[in-house]
Amino acid sequence: MQVKRRPPVLRGQGPAVAVVALGGMLGSAVRYAAGLLWPTAPTAFPWTTLVVNVVGCAVIGAFLVQITEGRTPHPLLRPFFGTGVLGGFTTFSTYAVDVRRLVGHGQTAQGLAYLAGTLLAALAAVWGASALTRRLRAVWQTRGAARAGLWAESPAGEGEPRESDRSAE
Amino acid sequence: MSTATLVNWLLVLAGAAVGAPLRYLTDRAVQARHDTVFPWGTFAVNVGGCLVLGLVTGAVTAGAVGSQAQLLLGTGLCGALTTYSTFSYETLRLVESGAGLLAVANVAGSLLAGLGAVWAGTGLADALWA
Repeated sequence: MQVKRRPPVLRGQGPAVAVVALGGMLGSAVRYAAGLLWPTAPTAFPWTTLVVNVVGCAVIGAFLVQITEGRTPHPLLRPFFGTGVLGGFTTFSTYAVDVRRLVGHGQTAQGLAYLAGTLLAALAAVWGASALTRRLRAVWQTRGAARAGLWAESPAGEGEPRESDRSAE
Repeated sequence: MSTATLVNWLLVLAGAAVGAPLRYLTDRAVQARHDTVFPWGTFAVNVGGCLVLGLVTGAVTAGAVGSQAQLLLGTGLCGALTTYSTFSYETLRLVESGAGLLAVANVAGSLLAGLGAVWAGTGLADALWA
C-alpha cells in the first residue's frame, strides 16, 4: 500500500490561527450586533441575515481582487480579514436554519424566496464588487502609468539635444 | 451594560474564537486531501455547521438547553464556522475559471446538503429531547 506523504495541516499555522480567531470574533460580534439592532421575529423574513450575508459577499469580492491582483499583501492580511472577519460575519448555517424555520411555520413560499433571494443577491454582490474593483484598478493603473510616463518623458521633452550631446555621438 | 448582556457577548465571542479557526483548519485539512478544484473544504464546514446548528436549534426548541447555549454554539460557533462569503467567492472563481458546471454543483450541493443537514439535526434533537 502506498502512503502519500502530506504536509502537516497545523505546522507553522500558529499566527494564522490566532488572526483568524481574532478576525472571526470581530466579524461575529458585528453580526450579533446587527441581530440585536434589527431582530427578526420567528415568522418574519430574515432581512438582517440576508443583508449581512450580501454585504459580506460584496466586501470579499472587492477585497480578494485587490489583494490577489495588486501588490503582494502581508501574509496574515487574508487570514485575518477574508477568513476571519468576513467568514465570521457571514453565515451559512443561520441561513439554512432560517429556511427551515419559515417552512416549519407554514411559510414555505417565504422560505423559498429567502433561499433563492439570498443566493442570487450574494452571487450578484461578489461578482459585481469584484468586477467594479477590477475596473477601478484598471483606471488607477492607467492614471498611474500616465503620470509615470510624464515623469519619464519630461527630461526628453526639454527640447532639442544640446551641442555637447551631439558631439558625443 | 448589565451582567447578562456582558455574558451574552462573551458567549458569542467565545464560540466565534473556536468556530473561525476550526473552519480555517478544516478547510486546510480537506483541501490537502484532494486534487480537484471543487471547494470541498468550505462545503464540509458549511454542511457540518448546518447539522450542529439544526441540533442546537432543536434542543433549544425542545427546552433541553437554554438560550445561552444558542448564543455560544449557534451565533458564535456555527455562525463563525460556516461562511457565505467564501462560498460565494469560490463559486465565482469556478465560473471565472470556466468550470461552470462545478459552480452549479457547488451551489446546488451546498444548498441541498446544508438544508438536509439542518433537517437531520432538528430531527435528531426531536428524537432525543422532544
